[in-house]
Amino acid sequence: MSIIDVLVEPLQYDFMVRALLVTVIAAVVCALLSCWLVLVGWSLMGDAVSHAVLPGVVLAYIMGAPFAIGALVFGVLAVVLIGVVRGTSRVKEDAAIGIVFTTLFALGLVLVSVTPSQTDLSHIIFGNILGVSSTDLWQIAILAAVAFAALILKRRDLTLYAFDPTHARAIGLSPRVLGSLLLGLLAVVSVVALQVVGVVLVVALLIIPGATAYLLTDRFSRMLWIAPLISSLCSVVGIYLSYWLDAASGGLVVVVQGAAFALVYLLSPRHGLLGRWRTARRGARVGH
Amino acid sequence: MADAPALEVDAVTVRYGDVTALDDCSLTLTRGRVHGLIGMNGSGKSTLFKAVMSAVRPQSGTVRVDGEDPARARARSAIAYVPQSEDVDWDFPLSVRDVVMMGRYGSMGPMRRPRAADHAAVDAALARVELADLAGRQIGRLSGGQRKRAFVARGLAQGASLLLLDEPFAGVDKRSERTIVALLRELADEGRTLLVSTHDLHALPQLADDAILLLRRTLFHGSVTEALRPENLTRAFGMDLGDTRQDDSGGAA
Repeated sequence: MSIIDVLVEPLQYDFMVRALLVTVIAAVVCALLSCWLVLVGWSLMGDAVSHAVLPGVVLAYIMGAPFAIGALVFGVLAVVLIGVVRGTSRVKEDAAIGIVFTTLFALGLVLVSVTPSQTDLSHIIFGNILGVSSTDLWQIAILAAVAFAALILKRRDLTLYAFDPTHARAIGLSPRVLGSLLLGLLAVVSVVALQVVGVVLVVALLIIPGATAYLLTDRFSRMLWIAPLISSLCSVVGIYLSYWLDAASGGLVVVVQGAAFALVYLLSPRHGLLGRWRTARRGARVGH
Repeated sequence: MADAPALEVDAVTVRYGDVTALDDCSLTLTRGRVHGLIGMNGSGKSTLFKAVMSAVRPQSGTVRVDGEDPARARARSAIAYVPQSEDVDWDFPLSVRDVVMMGRYGSMGPMRRPRAADHAAVDAALARVELADLAGRQIGRLSGGQRKRAFVARGLAQGASLLLLDEPFAGVDKRSERTIVALLRELADEGRTLLVSTHDLHALPQLADDAILLLRRTLFHGSVTEALRPENLTRAFGMDLGDTRQDDSGGAA
């Protein structure tokens, strides 16, 4: 079997074409957002929000409302609750995040277990990229387009917020508004990503691409290209592997992303282990 | 409001829970001067900066910049802030030019797309602080003194008339310190107002036109020579430390 067959054969199935489309869409928008998340230091917050949206998505399913609305409500609720627990007790932030998101996630699991038609809902938890309908595809495409446009249009303000919120305030911008925008987009993007890899693994798509790109460049504007490119490439490879190995697609997408990070971590010219070792050796020879 | 003071802090009190950071603090800064702000850790220097930028809401008192509400002064980019080194992520993937360009964001359109005038202002600011050659460098790959000058350039590109500098000499070698002092003096001579918090009392006579001793309120505001007299420093740096400790543990003073 030739390499062409390996690539083309899956495409004769509509569900595979839809799977690849959704995966690339989710990978691109998650990777964009991840560039800011890793620099603000919100990886844990990404983990929290992406898990906490579960009960919102289940309730939206029960009420027949769009998933995104349920996700936004619970994403915001999680952030507010974390702020309240941290601000009004002696519990520290990481503990507050851990308490709030696991409780909301658990609430989601309970709702899933008591809601009829469990097959649909368990897909939210582990992802079911091969079962995406064309209606799902449209919903995902619209949400992703909104998030993508917001991130690109406000990219300079978001970068300013990530780098120096005090300066943002000094020139009359509101760090609070920019932070809220980032959190809101986090909730929306979680809905996009959970269709691909499921709630449990969304955080991988929200952290790994940005971290990988960060090891490859000293330019934020280049990160915004590198992260989506690597992430979509890895995701497509993951989907093909899952087709040929007959293994979990969400899991493989994330495993390939992690493998790409490992490669970059070792081999990146400037910020990888190898690059740092070479710089150190050159420095030693010059005699600094 | 050309004759209004550059900064007027009137009876400002800021409390964080039980801790009083500023207690009925008043201060008036004259335009075109370098004002040294001296006080020990916890004396309220950072809180004073935050109050000027409305990053904290005082329980009482008012702040005016150029005689107007600080929110309006911020909206026209009149206030610049040069952060302490430890508050900056030096690994952030931005070049020196990127950082200085951020000074222009307040006067740009909603997408912050730079125009010719913005590029020109950034170039001028970089040349002014002698960093034009290093404009493409990632900010963490500058020396301590160059880092400070990059942030001063951001304030210049912004067109700020009031510059707040938080410990600009920390982690800076003596030669760079002299370069920065000379730069700040020039900026004041142009009519800008600088409020510089520092631990470095040796640099003060060359740097500042006058000195403010802060311990939750203004203990002294006058000539540098007088501020550096032992009896005044003792008050600011707390030979009456016993009282201070009592205040901190016993709640609001």
